[in-house]
Order: sequence, then C-alpha cells, then structure tokens
Amino acid sequence: MGVLGAEPWSEEMRKRIEDSTGIKAYDIFGTSELSGPLFTECQSQNGIHIWADQFLVEVINPDTGEPVANGERGELVITTLVKEALPLIRYRIGDITVLNWDECECGRTHPRIMRVLGRADDMLIVRGINVFPGQVESVLMNIPEVGEHFMIIVDRINELDIMKVQIEMTDAAFSDKVTDIMDLEKKVGAALKSVLNIAVKVELVEHGSLPRSMGKAKKVIDNRKI
Amino acid sequence: MEEKMIKQISLFAENKPGRLANIAETFKESGINIRAFTIAEAGDFGIIRMVVDNPDSAHKVLHDAGFTVSETNVLGVEMEDMPGQLAMIADVLSEKDINIDYAYAFVTKTEKAFLIVRVNDIRGAVKALDGANIRLLDMSDVHDI
Repeated sequence: MGVLGAEPWSEEMRKRIEDSTGIKAYDIFGTSELSGPLFTECQSQNGIHIWADQFLVEVINPDTGEPVANGERGELVITTLVKEALPLIRYRIGDITVLNWDECECGRTHPRIMRVLGRADDMLIVRGINVFPGQVESVLMNIPEVGEHFMIIVDRINELDIMKVQIEMTDAAFSDKVTDIMDLEKKVGAALKSVLNIAVKVELVEHGSLPRSMGKAKKVIDNRKI
Repeated sequence: MEEKMIKQISLFAENKPGRLANIAETFKESGINIRAFTIAEAGDFGIIRMVVDNPDSAHKVLHDAGFTVSETNVLGVEMEDMPGQLAMIADVLSEKDINIDYAYAFVTKTEKAFLIVRVNDIRGAVKALDGANIRLLDMSDVHDI
C-alpha cells in the first residue's frame, strides 16, 4: 500500500496509480502548522477521517467567512482542541474541500473531508467561472491516451480570458496522421468544456517539455494583468 | 506481403524554432541516414515523417532520446522519372477505392522516382499495385538507395 499526500490528487489518479503499480493508494492530509501528516483515509478509501475529538473542522465560504451548507464546497478551517504549545483557532488552511458528516462504511462517525480539490489561492476565475487545476487533472486522468503532465495557461486577449491547457504527448496517443492528433485535441477540449463550462484550447506538446517539480507542482501560468 | 512494405519513422514536434535542429542533431550523432523526409505542419505541432536506412535502430535512438516516435508501414512505389507515372499509380489505387492518407516523393540517381504513400488499406494497395506490375520497394531497396 501507499499513503500519498502533499498535493491534491484525484480519484482518477488513484485508479491510475493502483492499476499501474498494484498497490492500494490512500490519501493523507496534513499541514506543517498543525504538526504534519494528521488525517488519513480508512480501508474504504472514501474520504479522509478527521479526528473530531482533537480538531474542530469547518468548511466556509472563502469570501464571506460563513460556513457553507453540508456537502458544499468551501475552504477548510481548523481549530485545535488539545494542542497546548501552539493552539490555532479557526485557522484557514487554504485548502478547498467538502465536509461529509455521514457515518462511514467502516463505522467511524468522525467527519470526513472528501478529496482536497485544490488550494483557495490556486483557484482561477476564468470568464467569471471558478476553475481548479484539480478539475482539469480529473478530466485528463479519464482519457487514457494523454499523460499526467499538464499546464494551464490563462491569457487575456481583447478583454477576453483565454484558457489553454498544454498536455504532453504520449507514445500511446501519437499517430503519424495529423487528423488523429487534432481529433484527440478536440476530444480533450470537449471533455474539459463539459466539466468546466468554459471553452478550453488544448495543445499537445512534446514529451518532457513541461516543467517537472519536486514537491508541490505548479500547474498554472496566469498571464493576465488585472 | 510484409516484405512489400517499408517502415516509416514518424516524430511529434512542436512547431517552434529549434525543434528540427534538435532532432537533426540526434540523427547526426547516431548516424541515421535519411532517404526521404517530409514535415506535415498543423498549427501548434508538426509531424516529421521519414524513411531511413535502419528504421528499427532509428526508432530506438529517438525514443531513448525522449522523442515521441512511431513506426508505420507504408508503401514505397517505384516509378520511372517521367510525366504520367504518378497519375498511373493514383489511378490504380482509386480503381480499388483505396484512399491515400498522405504521400511524398523523391527522385534517385538511377532515373527512378519513388512515391512513399500511406493508404487506408495497405494490403489492398499491395495487391492492386502488384496486379498492375508496379514495383514496390522493400527494406533492402531502401538501404541501397
């Protein structure tokens, strides 16, 4: 098994990791401010259990600071209940997630955070629509021909936001026919549009041409001057 | 029937200055000799297609150097270097309703010309061209050009 964290990853990424390596992959959540790795998934792999006797968790609307309704997306806020040396009260982590208070299959009743979708400061607003890099990853992971390396580039051209997603070409996707590659770009563009609700220009780029990073990956280049 | 086909190497390249220079440098370093070469460009990217003396080794060298590369079976059709030859070949294929996906041609020192062609039905095309007594290149021919 593997316990994987440090960066948001999607359900589709889990499937890809498990299928390609044969391990069971579990999500873990933590932050340095709270003492490093803290909460993890149980055997059900369906959300990260919060130890609610140790921490009080809330999910709020990042703009108003008010709690969102149960099951709605918002920013995670944590209050430590037993930490003595460095207590934190309503500490805004900056991660966007959904809180689930339903009892888990495993029998635990502690609330779960359901997949960290990204950072509040990672969120892009493109033509007034909220876009998280995690959503793009999730779509790409469902398209087996394309690799996991991508970069979102946002420009403003003639007062209009233009979002481009560059994806690295893979051996599996490459065809010596131009139309096959253009069809793949269209297919990925349509899949992204159906999830994000904005038009996305998809550009396949050479294998190895996008920056690789250690630790937290940078997935967005925002060229807009606002 | 495979012996009547030749292997083409195709490479994915971004449409940017310096990309071809980088690829060509790899060919040079690994001693790949190009027999026929063409670039199909499509906006942000291009596909480089070529016939080389030793496709299997070219494929390995390019792949190991990090390029996205594939090998495709295509036909090398021998023509006399004179007017009307291309028309005749295109006729033979069209009579059998075989579509040409793409093609490129080159002439040699021996008064022959060669048409490299990818079709939607390669076996049908071999049969049709054989039936019309048109000679198809094999890999040893490519080596000897």
